[in-house]
Amino acid sequence: MTVLNIIFYIAAAIVISATGLAITRQSAVHAVCYLVISFMGTAVLFYLLGAPFLAALEVIIYAGGIMVLFLFVIMMVKDQQSPVDKPSRIRKWLPAIILTGISAVMAGLLVFADSGNRLHPPAVMGTPQEFGLILFQEYWFPVEIVSLLLLAALIGSLYLGRREARDEGLVIDSPLIPLDSPVSIEDTR
Amino acid sequence: MTIPFTHLLFLAILLFAMGAACAMTQKNLFMILIGVEVMLNAAGIAFVAAAMRWQDMNGQVMALFVMTVAAAEIAVALALIVCIQRRTRSTNADHCSMLKG
Repeated sequence: MTVLNIIFYIAAAIVISATGLAITRQSAVHAVCYLVISFMGTAVLFYLLGAPFLAALEVIIYAGGIMVLFLFVIMMVKDQQSPVDKPSRIRKWLPAIILTGISAVMAGLLVFADSGNRLHPPAVMGTPQEFGLILFQEYWFPVEIVSLLLLAALIGSLYLGRREARDEGLVIDSPLIPLDSPVSIEDTR
Repeated sequence: MTIPFTHLLFLAILLFAMGAACAMTQKNLFMILIGVEVMLNAAGIAFVAAAMRWQDMNGQVMALFVMTVAAAEIAVALALIVCIQRRTRSTNADHCSMLKG
């Protein structure tokens, strides 16, 4: 049971509990915040599993890109407001205490484990160089396909998200349309 | 690192099941998307674990492709949600029933 093993299990526990909290939230903003924690933990797992490049991409693309896009859209569509409950003192401090405890345990593991001599490097060292060589030598065609997919996604989301000039004067805060009737925005104006 | 491969697979399966449960039980469109994200993330973990198990970089490349597809999927899905929200003024999946006969 080396230090890396213990860190692996701690990270796995963080990922599972953060995901469990995320999928049970009622508010999407809270869920996204928990999901960011989950993706950070996944990045740690990737690093421990010998994929440092993927760990960096996980933080950049998932936690940095996709989740921020989520938050933008959640705030853009302006759903019904959920009531803000005032957290009690214990609820305010418990997350900070748990987080500090986990950080202290991990730091202690790293510092007091016998001087790091037994920390073998991960089995597969997927360095970015190695990764890029395989990606562009063996997988050049899938890369092209994926780039086409991203282009299609870009054009598709631009087309779907465009706002027509007629909708400029739209009042977003007007009362809800009866949702059972198949009524579109154009019909209500 | 001497993690049994079964533990890694168990982690990936558990995450996938959580994501699937979220996508199937929640009504909010955002929560459904979050469930899909969790499932894709679990698939990525399984790929990276397999890459370590068989000492093969191909698994890591596949994980990269999973990430890319997730990004593209989320971009289109969020645009669709914005579209649906303009139509029905709601992000509840039950209200997207305009196509019903």
